[in-house]
Amino acid sequence: MSGRVWKFGDDVNTDVLAPGTYIKLPIEELASHCLESVDPKFAGSVSPGDFVVGGKNFGMGSSREQAAQVLKVLGVAAVMAPSFGGIFYRNAFNLGLPAIILHDADRIEDGHNLDINLQDGKISNLSTGEELNGEAVPENLLTIVEAGGLVPLLEARFKSTNK
Amino acid sequence: MGLTTAEKIIAKAAGREHVQPGEIVTCAVDLAMIHDSGGPRRVKPAMEKLGVGLWDPDKIVLVSDHFSPCTDAESAGILKLTREWAAENGIKNFYDQQGICHVVTPEHGHIRPGMFAVGGDSHSPTGGAFGSYMFGIGATDMLGVLVTGETWIKVPQTIQIRWAGELGPGVAAKDMALKMCATLGMNGGDYQAVQYSGSTIEQLDMMERMTLSNMAAELGAQAGIIEPDETTAAYVAKAGGDPGDWASFKSDQDASYHVTHEFNATDLQPHVAAPHSPANAAPVEDVDRDEIDQFYIGACTGAKLSDLRMAAEVLKNNHIAAGKRLTIAPASSRILKEATKSGVIETLLEAGALLLPPGCGACAGYGVGVLAEDEVCLASTARNFQGRMGAGSSLVYLASPYTVAASAIAGRISDPREVLTS
Repeated sequence: MSGRVWKFGDDVNTDVLAPGTYIKLPIEELASHCLESVDPKFAGSVSPGDFVVGGKNFGMGSSREQAAQVLKVLGVAAVMAPSFGGIFYRNAFNLGLPAIILHDADRIEDGHNLDINLQDGKISNLSTGEELNGEAVPENLLTIVEAGGLVPLLEARFKSTNK
Repeated sequence: MGLTTAEKIIAKAAGREHVQPGEIVTCAVDLAMIHDSGGPRRVKPAMEKLGVGLWDPDKIVLVSDHFSPCTDAESAGILKLTREWAAENGIKNFYDQQGICHVVTPEHGHIRPGMFAVGGDSHSPTGGAFGSYMFGIGATDMLGVLVTGETWIKVPQTIQIRWAGELGPGVAAKDMALKMCATLGMNGGDYQAVQYSGSTIEQLDMMERMTLSNMAAELGAQAGIIEPDETTAAYVAKAGGDPGDWASFKSDQDASYHVTHEFNATDLQPHVAAPHSPANAAPVEDVDRDEIDQFYIGACTGAKLSDLRMAAEVLKNNHIAAGKRLTIAPASSRILKEATKSGVIETLLEAGALLLPPGCGACAGYGVGVLAEDEVCLASTARNFQGRMGAGSSLVYLASPYTVAASAIAGRISDPREVLTS
């Protein structure tokens, strides 16, 4: 998949991704406040198929999966960072949003275009011509994300056991 | 090679003799704790879509704490949905607006040594204080647990954090936690299992141990474990739980640790974390902040009975500064009752505090007591991310209940030892 990059720094936390003040609102409304205290124009400008590239410890903090869900709702196709908050990382896959560990995330700048391969973690920076090696997504998580998330995967599992 | 507490519990839950850090295993879950925010309202639609019921209602503890008390029709609706879901699904362990899940669940003896437990909240490592392996997961992950009774885990390395020496007057577990955040960073735990050991830890009561395990989340650890001992067993038994063969879940003498960090409690100063990270912590004398609007003692981290006692110790025969507000939200109804009986609440009220109902309250910006634009708060909570306690431009500093109380008297960030020794 290919798309444009929105670049963020280190320690982007769950509370700026999905602010607690708006957490009880419908997910589309919550999504309109995604990252507003860091980049007020992000939620209104991001397009389906775009990528988010963060710094260290992306998604640290709360267990609220809306932090990953708002990115999915806004159409973000994948998130890349050198490291992730552990709960956010699990949540992202469960919601069908791939998260790739990329130690060279600092080689990518805001506005760059990328082409990424989830299976082997290879990332082509189409803007610079550079090839980057992200970590391959572990098999159990690839299964979840290829099913479209944990709910569709469970749906298939229960259907097959009920037959 | 011996096993750490974390490895023993994960191996047991995975039905194995032995597990290796790094391998991915499927574990049977002994306890799933959920709350009103990430629980029923999030999992109900998916469960209906799947057309399946709960794997075991008796292994689920449901607590309404985030939207308690409700402040508008939306939050009232969430509490109503939670109540109805509990009834429809036969949840016997439902605590409706009786305090915060991380405190209410162990108070009722649901967390025991050796358990493999998950919680639908990032501060679920609190359960590690009881010698269990407990970690936080999101709502869809929780859905998977609720309908299958199992989940996957990448077996963590165990990071040992050893504390030696005795805490001085006016210094608490919260200061230890902030010191560790400052030293090791918000990713110092690297989503591995932290194990707190050493003579300082052995001397701490269960409430102070809970503060340390709770803030393992701020170290980025998956779990924050304290090996079970007599103190753990006595608490669990008193709470109505069966501590079982707790001693068998201690780490083996020859267990292997990924790394060991050493700290000393004897010369530890009260610490304050500046916005917007618990890792921005420094000794109180190095943090200069005069304009504080709100002093807040609340949350699973900072409003247990021991925390309220610390605040009362400082506020006894004192009054908060003119024009300032001190709000206190006890972590549970049981704590509120105990603190009322022992006179702690009276001391706090006489000092000018505003008492809020038990619940998560302002800590995560959900409930009552949140901050206006540009307001500054000094809180005994765990997390001071940008805008967390209310308006996006508000600022949060973190400290122990001692330091929050002493600062409320002075109206600015102050060293509690000055009040305690005067």
